[in-house]
Amino acid sequence: MVERLEHEVEAGSVAADGEAVRERLIEILAEVASTARAPIDLSGEPAVLLMVGVNGTGKTTTIGKIAWHLSKEFGLSVVLGAADTYRAAAAEQLAEWAERAGAELIRGEEGADPGSVAFDAVEAASARNADVVIVDTAGRLHTQSNLMDELAKVRRVITKQLPGAPHETLLSIDATTGQNGLRQAQLFAEAAEVDGVVLTKLDGTAKGGIVLAIAAELNIPVKLIGTGESLEDLRPFDPSDFANALLAE
Amino acid sequence: MFDQLSDRLQATLSEVRSRGKLSEADVDSAMREIRLALLEADVNFKVVKSFTATLKERCLGAEVLESLDPGQQVVKIVNEELTGLMGGTGSELAMSSSGPTVILMAGLQGSGKTTACAKLARFLRENGKKDVALAACDVYRPAAVDQLVTVGERVGAHVYQQGTDADPVEIAGWALDRAREERRDVLIVDTAGRLHIDQDLMEELAKIRKRVKPHDVLLVVDAMTGQDAVGVAESFAEAAEFDGVVMTKLDGDARGGAALSVKAVTGKPILFASTGEKLEAFDRFHPDRMASRILGMGDVLSLIEKAEQQIDEKQALDLEQKLKSNQFTLEDFLQQLKQVRKMGPLSSLLGMMPGMGAMKQLKNANVDESELDRVEAIILSMTPEERANPALIKGSRRKRIANGSGTKIQQVNQLVKQFDQMRKMMRHMASGKMPDAQQIAQMTGAAPRPKIRRR
Repeated sequence: MVERLEHEVEAGSVAADGEAVRERLIEILAEVASTARAPIDLSGEPAVLLMVGVNGTGKTTTIGKIAWHLSKEFGLSVVLGAADTYRAAAAEQLAEWAERAGAELIRGEEGADPGSVAFDAVEAASARNADVVIVDTAGRLHTQSNLMDELAKVRRVITKQLPGAPHETLLSIDATTGQNGLRQAQLFAEAAEVDGVVLTKLDGTAKGGIVLAIAAELNIPVKLIGTGESLEDLRPFDPSDFANALLAE
Repeated sequence: MFDQLSDRLQATLSEVRSRGKLSEADVDSAMREIRLALLEADVNFKVVKSFTATLKERCLGAEVLESLDPGQQVVKIVNEELTGLMGGTGSELAMSSSGPTVILMAGLQGSGKTTACAKLARFLRENGKKDVALAACDVYRPAAVDQLVTVGERVGAHVYQQGTDADPVEIAGWALDRAREERRDVLIVDTAGRLHIDQDLMEELAKIRKRVKPHDVLLVVDAMTGQDAVGVAESFAEAAEFDGVVMTKLDGDARGGAALSVKAVTGKPILFASTGEKLEAFDRFHPDRMASRILGMGDVLSLIEKAEQQIDEKQALDLEQKLKSNQFTLEDFLQQLKQVRKMGPLSSLLGMMPGMGAMKQLKNANVDESELDRVEAIILSMTPEERANPALIKGSRRKRIANGSGTKIQQVNQLVKQFDQMRKMMRHMASGKMPDAQQIAQMTGAAPRPKIRRR
């Protein structure tokens, strides 16, 4: 991006003064951030969203927010699948969000096979003619190949239950994550065919610049941003806003 | 975690090693490499600048230019400086002289505080056999109290909680009173994740601190945190005056620069390292070992400690006997495999062995844990007679074992064949001395064989 900017200034298409260069940089950043931009796919019947990511990045909270928005703003009926069967009290956590968002919860026993909970959730949503089902998964480090295999398996189980599903696989990336975010995206994309990123915890001081590398090198766009711990704290990703914030002090 | 950084430093320094004498230009280019590597590793820019400045000074100094092997001197200096940067030779938790030791845990959302509380509780119980209690002061995050209760029970710690309707400061104070009444040795206070820029919540943290007067305040930091780590640490230092850091998710492949930065910028030591999903994956942070690991010098001490924890003395002697007399069976092999796997993921074990850091081939070869799952499954599908005498395994038995373990007959065949070969090799080894880490490294090509001088 810097090289590109240098060429443009040298070629004269950008004036060689601070303000013009800065503005052009913001435009370039926004352009990179707009790669492969697409809305979230809700066309399935039901639409199936799969949430994946490293531990602690905000998957479960984001699901709560998405469910709330879909049900309150679009009047859609939502089912949540608690396929994080590993983490202590994970299902209880999702249950709380389901209640707040007005969604139904499908869960299994702790230690149950995550694939089977995902299966049950999609089946239940189909049977009840729900509009959307969102499947939560356990946080996992991308370096644990057995857990990445498990994720691929959960995905296959979902596809088997409903061909074409999951229609949208979202990877949560914590805005405080450094260079490792790119590696995370790479490996999660390989295991689970990620369609988009949810950039979380942008209400802090971190700016989440790594998503630019994810967009540029992997063609995976940011679709949503998380800006707090409440149901309302979810917004669509705006490349220009993001680019401006990146350069703001 | 620090693998890539150690590769770069080793590559840079191996060139210096081979040339013998150092010029200022040599030192400059080495510093450039080191600077780049550290920045790419998410180390804070300010820290990188001062580190390389100090390093260069020492490298240009007499001790390197006049020494016979300047390359090795540079390695020694980088190791020392890196160790110093991350905290010297390790620090300890402050303990109470009377009444419970109170430890307050704080940090950003998702950093791993609640899990760290349980791990720390378990660690203290294992190492000091202390009666540990936990206080559930996160009343905001859904099911946070439930989570702490569950993991607390798992590690044998008592959890004080009042659900989510009470005020965190009150809960903390009440928990301390209870801990005193019940004569607990330690009280670990879990708190809600909070942004360092959230004034209300930072004030709440300060109030909790005032109320329980902790002997230790620990900041929990996610190892994959980028440049933001420093800002967070500085703010928490100002508001909560933390005493030490717990780094979490160190089993990932994040460069881990945050670890280097936090200490340098706040002066607070990293006390503990959380290295995996399981509650046992928690250790004292050893800056000197970490520095060695960065430089590809291996973390043998950690490896030995882990092995000692798993291997029973008597079992080891029995095993040696069996190997010598060729009585080593697939059952024995299964037990050994289980023990090794208990030590942790193989990829992290490999990282601890000397010289492994430099072996690019090994690093890129993803250690396939699922292959070991397969081996275990196959052996578990065998009857005890079959495990004792694999020669029995023919025809329908192979099919049965393959079906039972969800594998193909060829895979069963392969295991039996490989086991036979391995048994022969181990008998050969056992009749001499058991090889040490150095010899294993030589055998696997990870360390060079000693050069034979020819006259």
